[in-house]
Amino acid sequence: MNTWNRKDLLGIDGMELWEIEMILDAAKAFKGVGERSLKKVPALRGRTLVNFFVEPSTRTRVSFELAAMRLSADVVNMSTSASSLQKGETLKDTAKNLEALHADMIVLRHSSPGSCRFLADRLQASIINAGDGAHEHPTQALLDSFTMREHLGSLAGKKVGIVGDILFSRVARSNIHTLRKLGAEVFLIGPTTLVPRSFESMGVRVCHCLDDVIGELDVINLLRIQHERQRKEYFPSLGEYTALFGLTKARAVRLREGCLIMHPGPINRGVEIDSDVADSARSVILEQVTHGLAVRMAVLYLCAGGKGVPA
Amino acid sequence: MKEICIRGGRVIDPASGRDGVGDVWIRDGVFVGERDLHWEGGEVEEILAEGLIVAPGLIDLHVHFREPGQTHKETVASGTLCAAAGGFTSVVAMPNTSPAVDSPATVTWLQEKIRQAAAVNVFLSGAITKGLGGEELAPIGSMVKAGVVAITDDGRCVQNHELMRRALEYAKMFGLPLFDHCQDYGLVGDGIMHEGDWSLRLGLPGWPRIGEEIIVARNIMLSELCDAPVHCQHITSGGSVRLLREAKARGVKISAEVCPHHLWFTDACLESFDANFKMNPPLREQGDIDLLVEGVVDGTIEVLASDHAPHAAYEKEVEIDQAPFGILGLETELAAFSTLLVHRRKALDWSGLIARYTVNPARLLRLERGTLAAGAVADVTLIDPGMGWRYDVGESFSLSRNSPFHDQEFVGRAVRTIVGGKTVWSL
Repeated sequence: MNTWNRKDLLGIDGMELWEIEMILDAAKAFKGVGERSLKKVPALRGRTLVNFFVEPSTRTRVSFELAAMRLSADVVNMSTSASSLQKGETLKDTAKNLEALHADMIVLRHSSPGSCRFLADRLQASIINAGDGAHEHPTQALLDSFTMREHLGSLAGKKVGIVGDILFSRVARSNIHTLRKLGAEVFLIGPTTLVPRSFESMGVRVCHCLDDVIGELDVINLLRIQHERQRKEYFPSLGEYTALFGLTKARAVRLREGCLIMHPGPINRGVEIDSDVADSARSVILEQVTHGLAVRMAVLYLCAGGKGVPA
Repeated sequence: MKEICIRGGRVIDPASGRDGVGDVWIRDGVFVGERDLHWEGGEVEEILAEGLIVAPGLIDLHVHFREPGQTHKETVASGTLCAAAGGFTSVVAMPNTSPAVDSPATVTWLQEKIRQAAAVNVFLSGAITKGLGGEELAPIGSMVKAGVVAITDDGRCVQNHELMRRALEYAKMFGLPLFDHCQDYGLVGDGIMHEGDWSLRLGLPGWPRIGEEIIVARNIMLSELCDAPVHCQHITSGGSVRLLREAKARGVKISAEVCPHHLWFTDACLESFDANFKMNPPLREQGDIDLLVEGVVDGTIEVLASDHAPHAAYEKEVEIDQAPFGILGLETELAAFSTLLVHRRKALDWSGLIARYTVNPARLLRLERGTLAAGAVADVTLIDPGMGWRYDVGESFSLSRNSPFHDQEFVGRAVRTIVGGKTVWSL
């Protein structure tokens, strides 16, 4: 029997298959907790968790906060505006201060790739990556795979398309690593500027025409087009993006029966996904959010010292 | 009158082609030939050099000493001690200090500092443009009069080709070489590591080869147009080597240097997100290393240098995209190149390695250094070619500690550094 022995969750790259499966199995056990009227277990009672969000986020922060509360941990939220980083304190010093306050776990969201690894190398506290720049967002990928498994069973041989701004996406990177380890076939779909062919070195297929592959997919995962951050030279306009890569009603008709429509949120209705398609029966976008809670409970439980799947 | 005899070493002087066991004589800080030794009286200091290489004092034409303005990182005093400990008797300091070396007043101020504090010879380079701003020419002629040996905006790159052309034409009037840090701002953007499989995996912004190559190509064309020398600093891309080789074959006055870290490490080192592997230009791939080595061997790249760039630990120990570029280099460069090029790859012999640190940079800078010829200033480096050792950055003379070479094992080390006949450092 394998025993969990990581204090941190920094990324999926470098994790073993059994570790991913252990998180997903533990999440399955915790999913039941959320469906009870008494939604709380004592697993992390007496532990202190700090949600340290240097980059703004609402859903991920709330999800981690609720996950920690359901495990009975004490939770403190810190955002950039309230932190001393604004006053010029370094990330290391801020985190060392949190540790001096006996924080057991720090959930970090930060715009710099590697910032979670940076803290994990320097602190005793557990560091949980809630998104570090364009590097990784492991809990998002785990909840995506959890959702796929709930519907499709084993992902071995399943065809999963990830559409959009792959180059700047931590969600895409973590998903690639997770899905490859779980045996799925991954298609990265988007314009040549945002989906360079060099991604093939990660064992995926790169495709610049959604219409060519849309009928083959078991899952289509649409990434948010971050037009507020997008430098304009990557594609000419949102309209052109939607015309080429948006999941429009016309394209949705060509999806295989049973193909899951996913999106990590927040969605831009009418841009990467048509509004009605987002609300259609095949869309599991809100289920992803619910599963995120179970997956994050599993991650916190294991990194806080849980040895395996809770009974 | 004082006489020194360095006895019994393998004397290597690429400038004259001398390579054999023998003695080197110094009188009053200047080399003298055997036939001049009919002087009587006074004492002779003997330095036994059996088993050692006796080389002309090594020259590093690319260092950052941070003075004035950032003396918490390095000073002329600490930087020149690093140079001495690395076997270097002469260095060229880059002008990107605070304020920048872009006026004769700053040159003169620094020269006074050097006179007071330097352990080795420090030559100064001046800025191409005012404040390294890339917009207006700095007073190049006045800086030449004050004593600069080259001009460069190192750390920055003049993007305006017309301005670069004027700078070259103007510098030509003084016979002054122009050094360029080859980086196209548009193509590089906010890139912090080599654009390749690793940057893709790590989600770090890429610094593509083309960002260097396009400026190397620009420099070749401008050098040819103006018939004036341009020296491309810290070349990293295999593509740049090809461009340089082709241009040199046509007789273009283009030259280039390579730094040890670009041959020792690859972009895979960034997997640790350790900012000590972050420098500008960035570490590249094994394929680039192989082409750079070929370029060093066939003379396309005729100069080796460190780009010694100290930064305080607290400045480097931050998120990698916020950390400053640059690493220490003076204390490890000779050892790294000797380990890699002489011992491991057997790509160069000692004479070839020493030439790239002595006669070649001296010729580029038009300095009467880098030779053991009678009459030249007696700068000498004694090297133990087979000494195995391990670098401990904790023992460094630098005020900073930002070296990725910490704990690396080397073969070959400078053991004594002599400047103007005076031993300034010995192991």
